[in-house]
Amino acid sequence: MKPRAGFLSPYRILDLTDELGFLCGKVLGDLGADVIKIEKPGGDPARKIGPFFRNQSDPEKSLYWFGFNNNKRGITLNLESARGRELFARLVARADFLIESFIPGYLDRLDLGYAALSRINPRLVHTSITPFGQSGPYSRFRASDIEIMAMSGCMSLTGDPERAPLRITFPQSYQWTASYASVGTLVAHLHRQRTGEGQQVDVSAQACMLWAFSHAHTFWDLNRHLEKRAGSFMTGRSITGAKMRVFWPCKDGYLNFIIYGGEAGRKTNQALVEWMDSKGMAPEFLKKKEWKSFNIAAVTQEEIDRMEEPISRFFQDVAKKEFFEEVIKREMLGYPVASVEEIFQDPQLEFRKFWQSIDHPELGTSILYPGGFAKFSEGPCKIWRRAPLIGEHNEEVYCGELGMKGEEVEKLKQEGAI
Amino acid sequence: MRPLEGIKVVEFAAYAAGPVVGKHLVDHGATVVHIESKVRPDGFRAHYPPYKDNIHGLNRSGLFALCNNDKLDITLNLKKAPKATDLAKRIVAWSDVVIENFSPGTMKRLGLDYEALRKIKPDLIMLSSSNLGQSGPHAHHAGFGSQLSSLAGFTHLTGYPDGPPQILYGPYIDYIAVAYGAVAILAALDYRERTGKGTHIDTAQYETGLQFMAPILLDYKINGKVASRNGNRDPAAAPHGAYPCKGDDSWCVISASSESDWESLCRAMGNPAWTKESRFATLQSRKEHEDELDQKIGAWTTGFTAREITEKLQASGIRAGIVNTMRDIYSDPQLKHRKQWVELEHPEIGKMHYQRPPFFLTRTPSGPERRDPLLGEHNGYFYQELLGLSEKEYQELVAEGVID
Repeated sequence: MKPRAGFLSPYRILDLTDELGFLCGKVLGDLGADVIKIEKPGGDPARKIGPFFRNQSDPEKSLYWFGFNNNKRGITLNLESARGRELFARLVARADFLIESFIPGYLDRLDLGYAALSRINPRLVHTSITPFGQSGPYSRFRASDIEIMAMSGCMSLTGDPERAPLRITFPQSYQWTASYASVGTLVAHLHRQRTGEGQQVDVSAQACMLWAFSHAHTFWDLNRHLEKRAGSFMTGRSITGAKMRVFWPCKDGYLNFIIYGGEAGRKTNQALVEWMDSKGMAPEFLKKKEWKSFNIAAVTQEEIDRMEEPISRFFQDVAKKEFFEEVIKREMLGYPVASVEEIFQDPQLEFRKFWQSIDHPELGTSILYPGGFAKFSEGPCKIWRRAPLIGEHNEEVYCGELGMKGEEVEKLKQEGAI
Repeated sequence: MRPLEGIKVVEFAAYAAGPVVGKHLVDHGATVVHIESKVRPDGFRAHYPPYKDNIHGLNRSGLFALCNNDKLDITLNLKKAPKATDLAKRIVAWSDVVIENFSPGTMKRLGLDYEALRKIKPDLIMLSSSNLGQSGPHAHHAGFGSQLSSLAGFTHLTGYPDGPPQILYGPYIDYIAVAYGAVAILAALDYRERTGKGTHIDTAQYETGLQFMAPILLDYKINGKVASRNGNRDPAAAPHGAYPCKGDDSWCVISASSESDWESLCRAMGNPAWTKESRFATLQSRKEHEDELDQKIGAWTTGFTAREITEKLQASGIRAGIVNTMRDIYSDPQLKHRKQWVELEHPEIGKMHYQRPPFFLTRTPSGPERRDPLLGEHNGYFYQELLGLSEKEYQELVAEGVID
């Protein structure tokens, strides 16, 4: 194993999160932090979340686990046993950060809440990630992705107006929450570096998701206009209330293209008409259109419908790949609606060496992962190690770092502490 | 003292991806200077509704307001080289952190790329946030986050299996890049403190978005499975969806993944006879009859408000929630409890709800404290008092349109 470099390499993080918080430790791990994932004896329940390696449902083969728990070492520890709590206290004494996503009050009941932990380690930054926050009327509510998406307001903006509000099929709110939690964690860290003072960071998933829909709520705040789900159409661009089509059926799926205004929009519209014209599919009125004076903020539905009709016919014979190549070449706004398959074919990601091959000796193979989240001129940001197996680093941590003997660890195993 | 007090941040940035990183820094005490120009104001001011009372105006944009509270706003027309370039460099020399989200190549054309800037500020931390990254065959392709969310696979996963993709409101992916950009800057500040070294950070919004997709990317690579949209369904739960409630376009959500969740739900519904049918007996059989299951649940929920359902089910330990609207989020009791919105008075907008960070530091307070700035509002203060230009220098630059 190569030594960790990276900006956060001096720091130790204890990670007691469930899927709501997995990405927080991973983000910091990408920057080199030493993240120790602490699981219940027998393994984290989230190891049951699919998909699985070669579709083999097995706690050591969860791709969900692989994807969000790489850059972590793994130990098992039973916080509900007295001996386990004692060990945990020793780990906390040596840690810089603790990240957890227990229901508010759970750690307090074990006498391991922030108040108790800060006595052990006053410098500790303790990040608590929950659906609604540590206090307040909903703080004890249970929530998975769909409840977070609903309560944050996201779902009210997603889906066909004639049908139920929608979430995104692959759960997103956990990643939003955990990535914003990593921001809060580092803000508290910088405060600690200056003052020596640790503190608890209280992260609400509901509040994190407010950023996912940008400014939709400001329409209510400023003008008492309620933005709602609009299916495949964009609203809020024209003061007339005109809706613009966003998703266009094409030869092999859908394209994302919008008649925009502004400088970039006018350029795009002009370039599209030229492309259509090169195939003899641009009607005269589009060719004659004065894009320079085209004002999206005042456009009417009638004008939009008239423009969209020939564009729609044109796109029906365009394949996603062709569209992607043309928008790049012609400097137009728009992208294909890509699936994971097409994402892997993108030459841009290949050029930037985005994909990173990680060895999985236990599976006798290596796997291609999405690599580091950014490129730094100083210091790497990448996957340093695959996700841990259950208790993989028990010996390394308990013997190597806490100075325990092999037989002591064995005894703890038998007692169910680890 | 707030955690980032004394950290000076300069934004050659507009729209969301750059400025909202700055917002998170300003909310924790950094001094953030948003650079615009009268000839080219931030696009959110210029052409993105809502405007107060639907009257267009550069100081009336709700979206700009949301992204820029507490910042200082100055104007600098970068087209007026070389004087504007020199002035930009003086501003960078004063700062700790530069955030820019121009199209890749633009800062270099302006003579303000990282290599040029580190000559005048060797320990500079500079974040370049772009659509597709600073390098590569597509680097120069400009685009909006609302469309990039499609290239990164998000909209392919939104909607029903037999229908078109559904829009994700606004530049969804930009705000993912915001979190990663902020993390990168904060880690770089810590690193600079310990080593004296700065760094350039290249975030592609595209690549940050793909972080959120890791398991399904692996699923394709290993198993050949192409994930696709499936309404509100979840492979590990039934029921799992949104259900109609009493009131106009009012909805709740309910999800039950374990058998005990299901049994609790049946009890909460009063154990109606249909719940005893064998087709609903196990998770697997409920998944096989999910359309009928959803209808039955929906028939029950329509008799109640979303709040009644949520409170009733949560009291029984069942996951449920209200589909809050864009109006509801201002009065949601939990968000209110967290003081998520800070109401401040703006001279042209009037009262505006500014947004607090989604995380609270229990010992160190956060903003917003001041409304977003008017275009060029802090020219005099910033250029003369913070940057130290003399009155004469300042007036000359104004007369020449460098400060416009």
